[in-house]
Amino acid sequence: MTFAVEIYRLKKTYAGGVEALKGIDLAIEPGDFFALLGPNGAGKSTTISILCSLVNKSEGVVKVFGHDLDTERNWVKMQIGVVPQEFNFNQFEPVEEVVINQGGFYGLTRQKARERSEILLKQLGLWDKRKTMSRQLSGGMKRRLMIARALVHEPRLLILDEPTAGVDIELRRGMWQFLSDINAAGTTIILTTHYLEEAEQLCRNIAIINEGRIIKHTNMRDLLGTVAQETFVLYCNQAIVSLPVIPAADARIIEPDVLEVDLVQGQSLSEVFEVLRGRGIEVVRMKNKTNRLEELFLKLVNQSNEASQ
Amino acid sequence: MSRRPPQPELPISGAFPKPRRGLSPAQMWHAFSMLLTREVLRFGRIWVQTILPPMIMTSLYFIVFGHLIGPRVGKIEGVPYISFLVPGLILMSVITQSYANVVSSFYGAKFARHIEELLVSPMPHWLIVLGYLAGGVARGLAVGAAVTFVAVFFAKIQVHDFTALIFVMVLTSAVFSLGGMINAIYANSFDHISIVPTFVLTPLTYLGGVFYSIQMLPPFWQQVSLFNPILYIISGFRHAMLGISDVPVYSTYLILIAAIIVLYSFTLFLFHRGIGMRG
Repeated sequence: MTFAVEIYRLKKTYAGGVEALKGIDLAIEPGDFFALLGPNGAGKSTTISILCSLVNKSEGVVKVFGHDLDTERNWVKMQIGVVPQEFNFNQFEPVEEVVINQGGFYGLTRQKARERSEILLKQLGLWDKRKTMSRQLSGGMKRRLMIARALVHEPRLLILDEPTAGVDIELRRGMWQFLSDINAAGTTIILTTHYLEEAEQLCRNIAIINEGRIIKHTNMRDLLGTVAQETFVLYCNQAIVSLPVIPAADARIIEPDVLEVDLVQGQSLSEVFEVLRGRGIEVVRMKNKTNRLEELFLKLVNQSNEASQ
Repeated sequence: MSRRPPQPELPISGAFPKPRRGLSPAQMWHAFSMLLTREVLRFGRIWVQTILPPMIMTSLYFIVFGHLIGPRVGKIEGVPYISFLVPGLILMSVITQSYANVVSSFYGAKFARHIEELLVSPMPHWLIVLGYLAGGVARGLAVGAAVTFVAVFFAKIQVHDFTALIFVMVLTSAVFSLGGMINAIYANSFDHISIVPTFVLTPLTYLGGVFYSIQMLPPFWQQVSLFNPILYIISGFRHAMLGISDVPVYSTYLILIAAIIVLYSFTLFLFHRGIGMRG
C-alpha cells in the first residue's frame, strides 16, 4: 500500500540547538482526515513546514504518495496544498489575484487558474469580494481565502495548520462542512488545531506530538473509547427536591431542575433514567459535558511530560 | 470496526517508485509568466513611486548640470556636455531602479511571508530567481525608456549602435536585479535593504563616469577608477549611444556577462541552502 504521507525517524534541530523533532515516525493513509495535535511548541508546525518544504529537515525520510521529498521535491510539492497558521498572502493584491497567481505558480494557465478561482471563491463565499484588496478582508474571510488558494491546483494532500483560529462558530461549522466534502471527494487532509472538538468531529485518525516525539498514533474512535469517565448534564421537567441515589454513579444538583451525573466507562445512562422515572421525573434534554478528546489529550501530554522528567 | 492506523516501516532498497519530475516546460512557462506579470503589475500599480521619481530626478540633472553648468564645461571628447550626460543618466536610473525593484519586492515578500507562496510551489529555484530577475529587467527598461523620453526635451539623442544599446541596458538591469535579490535574501530589516544602495551603489555610480570622463582625472585617480565595475558599464553604454568610451568596449560585455553568471549562481546557492528563507 502507498501511504499519502510516510515519515521515518524525522529529526529537526534548529540553528541555536533547539531540538524541535526527535525522530518521529508517522503514516497517513490516502483519503484520511488526520489530526496532528500537540501543545504549543510540540513540533506540529515544524513537521508540517518540513512536509511543505518551508523548513529543511536535519535527518530522516519523508515520502508523499510514495515519492521521496529529497529526490522528487517538485513533484511532491505539486501534490500538496497548504493553509498555514498565519496569513501569508500579499495583502496588497486583490482576492482573485492571490488565488490566480498561486494557480500559475503550480503551472496552470491563467485561464484555468481563473476558472478554478471562480469555483473556489464561490464555494467559500468570497466571490463578491474578488476585486477587494485582500488586506481589507475580515479574519474569517482571510482564512477562507487561504483555503481557496491552497486548493486552486487540486492537491491530493491538503495540510491545514489551525485553519479556523479566530473564526466564529457559525463560520467554523461551515468550514468543517466544506472540508468534510473535500475529504469525501478523495483529498487526504492533515489538520492541526487547538479546537479539540474540531479534531473529534472531523478526523478519523490522530497523532499526538509532545516535545518533538509522537506519544500517541491511533484511531480516533479507539482513543475516545479509552475515556474512563464522562459527565452528563440532565435537564429535567421539574425541580429535584433531594439527590437521588444512583448505583455506582456520582450525581449532584447544580440547579433546581438540572442534574449532573458522572458515569464510568461501560455504565449505561438508562440506569439513571430509571431512578429518575421512579420519582416521576422526566429528562427533557441532556448533553455530554466532558470534552472527551480534551481530557485524553491533557492526560497523555501530562503523562509524557512526567515521563520525560 | 475501528482499527489502529498502519505504522510505517523502513523503506526497502529498490522498492521506490520511478522518480517523477515537477512542472513540465509548458507549465514552467505559465509559472514564469505569472510571476513576471505579478512583478510588472506591482511596480505598475505604484508608478508614482517607481517610474515618476527617476523622470523628475533626470529632468533636474539636465536643468542644473546640462543647461546651467554645461555651457561653462564646454565639450567632452568632442561632444557637448549635455549630450555626454545622457547615457550616464539613463543608465544610472536603470541601475538604481532594477536593483530597487527586486530588493524591495523580494524583501517585502519575505517580510510579509508571501514568499512562502513560491517556496511551497513546484517552481524550481532557478525559475523563481529568473522571474524576479525578469521583473527587475522590466522595471529597468521601463524606467530607461521613460528617462530617455525626458532626455529628448533637453538634448539631441544619438544612437551609435542600437543593438548594443539594448544589450547593455538589459544585461545591466539583470546584473543589478540579481544584486538586489542577494541583498534582499540577506536582509533582516528595511534598514538592510537601503545600506547597499546608499553606501555602495550610489558612490560607485557617481564615481563611475556618469558626469565626467576619467580622462579628466589625474593619472592616479584614473587608475583607481579602473577598479570600479560601473565605469565599464557606463562607458559601454556611452559607446552604444555616442561612439565614445573610456575603456575597451569588449570589457563592458565581459564584466556584465561574468557578473550575471557569478551572481545568478550565488543566488541559486543561497536558495538551495535556504539562507534567509527556510529554517
